[in-house]
Amino acid sequence: MLCEGVSMEYQFHWNIVFNKMPQLLNGAFVTLHVSVLAMLIGIAIAVLLAIGKMSDSKAISFIPTVWVEIARNTPALFQIYMAYFGLGAFGIHLSPYVAVLSALIFVNAGYLTETFRGGFQAIPKTQYSASKSLGMSSVQVYRYIILPQMFRRIYHPLTNQFVWSILMSSLGILVGMNELSGETQRLQSLSFRTLEFFIVAAIMYYVITKFVLLSTSLVSKRIFKGDI
Amino acid sequence: MGISFFTPLSWNDSGFILTGVLNTIYISVLAIVVGTILGLIVGFLRAEANRFVNSLMGSVLDILRSVPLIIQLILFSTYIGAMGHPLNPFVSGSIVLSLYTMAFMGEVFRGGFESVQKPMIVTARSLGMSYWQALRYIRLPIGLRAVFPSWLGVALSVIKDSALVSVIGYMELLRTSEQLISRTQQPLEILIGVGIFYFIISYPLSLYGKYMERKMAI
Amino acid sequence: MIQIQDVHKSFGDLEVLKGVDLDVDKGEVVSIIGGSGSGKSTLLYCINAIEDIQQGRIVVDEIDVHAKATNQNKLRQKLGMVFQQWNSFPHLTVLENTSLAPQIVLKKSKKEAIELAKYELNHVGLGDKFDVYPTRMSGGQQQRLAIARALAMRPDYMLFDEVTSALDPELVGEVLDTLRMLRDDGMTMICVTHEIGFAREVSDKVAFFHQGIIEEMGPPEHVISNPQKETTQKFLSKVLH
Repeated sequence: MLCEGVSMEYQFHWNIVFNKMPQLLNGAFVTLHVSVLAMLIGIAIAVLLAIGKMSDSKAISFIPTVWVEIARNTPALFQIYMAYFGLGAFGIHLSPYVAVLSALIFVNAGYLTETFRGGFQAIPKTQYSASKSLGMSSVQVYRYIILPQMFRRIYHPLTNQFVWSILMSSLGILVGMNELSGETQRLQSLSFRTLEFFIVAAIMYYVITKFVLLSTSLVSKRIFKGDI
Repeated sequence: MGISFFTPLSWNDSGFILTGVLNTIYISVLAIVVGTILGLIVGFLRAEANRFVNSLMGSVLDILRSVPLIIQLILFSTYIGAMGHPLNPFVSGSIVLSLYTMAFMGEVFRGGFESVQKPMIVTARSLGMSYWQALRYIRLPIGLRAVFPSWLGVALSVIKDSALVSVIGYMELLRTSEQLISRTQQPLEILIGVGIFYFIISYPLSLYGKYMERKMAI
Repeated sequence: MIQIQDVHKSFGDLEVLKGVDLDVDKGEVVSIIGGSGSGKSTLLYCINAIEDIQQGRIVVDEIDVHAKATNQNKLRQKLGMVFQQWNSFPHLTVLENTSLAPQIVLKKSKKEAIELAKYELNHVGLGDKFDVYPTRMSGGQQQRLAIARALAMRPDYMLFDEVTSALDPELVGEVLDTLRMLRDDGMTMICVTHEIGFAREVSDKVAFFHQGIIEEMGPPEHVISNPQKETTQKFLSKVLH
C-alpha cells in the first residue's frame, strides 16, 4: 500500500512542536496546579478521615473505611468518569478541570488516610508516656514529639502520592482538560504530528517527576536529621 | 440497528458488557504474568549486577515509571503505526502494559532478592550448594515470600490501570461501557456497575494482601 | 515525701495492686523487688499519674496524685521517671532531647535550658555526645540520656522502672554506676529492679512485692540477707540461684 511505503520513512518535524512550546508549558503548569491542589485538599481530608478511622465508634469509622476502600479498589479513570459523566445524573455538571481535581482529591484522600493512620500507629505508645513523665501536656506531646516523628514517616509516601497525582492527572486527556496531556492532544490534532508532540510531552512528564523527587529529597535532607 | 438514537439499557447488552469484562480480565492477567516473569529477571539482574549496570537498568526502568501510562500507550501505538507496522489494540496494549508492569515488578523483586541476607547465602554455599542451588532453594523461596504483599499490590494496580488501554481502542470494560453510555445516556447506572465490577475483583485481593502482610509481620 | 496508702489498681477484672502501703522519705532510696507480674512497675506508673487507681491514695509532698483538682502535668515535674525502654526521642539530638522539656514545660529560656541540659549530660558522662542522635548510641548511653533528660527537670524524686532489664549485660554497669552517683548526690529514688545485688548495696529500704501486695519490707540486710517470709526466701533463692 502506498501510504505504508510513505510512512516507512517517517520524517520527524520538531519545529511545529517547538513553536507550540508556550502552550505545552502552560499545560505543564495546569498539570502541576491541579496536582498540588489535589494534594493539599486531599491531605486535609485524609487527616479527618484518619482520625475518624481510628475512632472506636463503628458508626464514625464506617465512612472513612468505605471511602478508603472505594478509592483503593477502583481505577482512577472510573473515578474521573464518575465525576465528569456520572454526577450529571444528579444535575451536577463539572468542568473537566473540576472533575479531574475532585477525582484526584478523592483518591489522594483515600490513600493518604491509610498513610496517616499507619504513620501514627508506628510511633511507640511509650513515646507518649515518656513525654508525659517529663510533665508535658497532651498538646505539647503531639506538637513536639508525636507529630514531628509522624511527619518524617509519612514524608516519603506523601511525595510518592504527589508524583502519582501528577501522572494520573494525564487522564484529563479523556475529558478534554487543558493539562499537559490534554493540551498535547489538542495541539497534535491541529498538526497531525502526533509522535513529536507526545514524545515531548513524555519528556516533560519525566522532567517534572524527576524535579519533584529531587527537590523533595533535598528538602528532606535539610529538615530531617537523625534517623527514625 | 434501531431507529431511535438513544435506547435504554437492556438485557441484550449483557453480552456486550461481558465481552468488556472478559477483555479486561484477559489483558490484566496477561500483563501480570508477562510483567512478573520479566520483572523477576530484571530484579535478579539488578540485585546481582555491578553498580554501573544496575544504575543503567534502573534509569531505563525509571522512565517507564515516570511517564504516564496513557502517554506510553499513545506513543507506542502511534510509533508502530508510523513505522508502517500497525498492531491491533490488544497487542499494542499488552506490550505496553506488560513492560509497564515489569518496571514495577522489577523493583519489587529486586527488594526481595536483596532482603535475603548474605550470611544465609554463605550458609547455603557452605553446605555445598552450588550458586544455582542456593538461588533455587534458598534465595528464591525466601525472597518471593517476603515480597508477596507488594507483588499483589502491583498486580492490583495493573488490573485498575488496564482501563487505560481503552484509549488506543481496546474493547475492555470501560470502553464498552463508554459506548453504552453514549447510546443509552444512562452514565450513572453503567458507571456504578463498572465500579462494582472492579471493586469485587480488587477488594478481596487487597484484603488477602493485608492479611498476608500481617501474618508475615509476626 | 511520698505516702502510698492502701492502693488498689485493676486492669479490667485483673487486680494488680491489692492494697499497697509504702512511705518514702526525702533522701531515701527504696528498691522494689519481686517476680514479673507482681505489680511493682504498675505502682510506679500510679505514683506518676500515668495510671489511675481504684482505691486508696498516693500523696507526694502533700499533693494527692489522683485527686481531681491536681494538675498532673505540674505534679510530674516533681517526679522524674526512667523506663525499661529508654524511649529516646529519635528526631532530636542528645542535647535537644534533654533541653526540650525544661524549655516548654518549665518555660526556661533556650540558653538556660541548654546549660541545664549540658550540666546533666556531663553529669551522666555524655558530655561528648551533645549533637549525636540517640539512635546512634548504645542502649546504656541512651538509658543514661533518659536519666539526664529526667534530671534536667530538677525533680525531687526519681522513679526507675527496671532500667537495666533491656540492656545487654556489659552495659548494665554504666547505668548502675549512674544510679549510685545519684544516691550519693542525695536524690530520693524508688527503683523497681531485678538487680538484687545492687538493691542490697544502695537501698535504705527494700520492698518485696508478691501478687499485688508488699510481702516483706525493711532494710536490705533483713529482707535480702535474712528474709523471714517463705515467699521471699523462694524468690531470692530463684534469682540468686
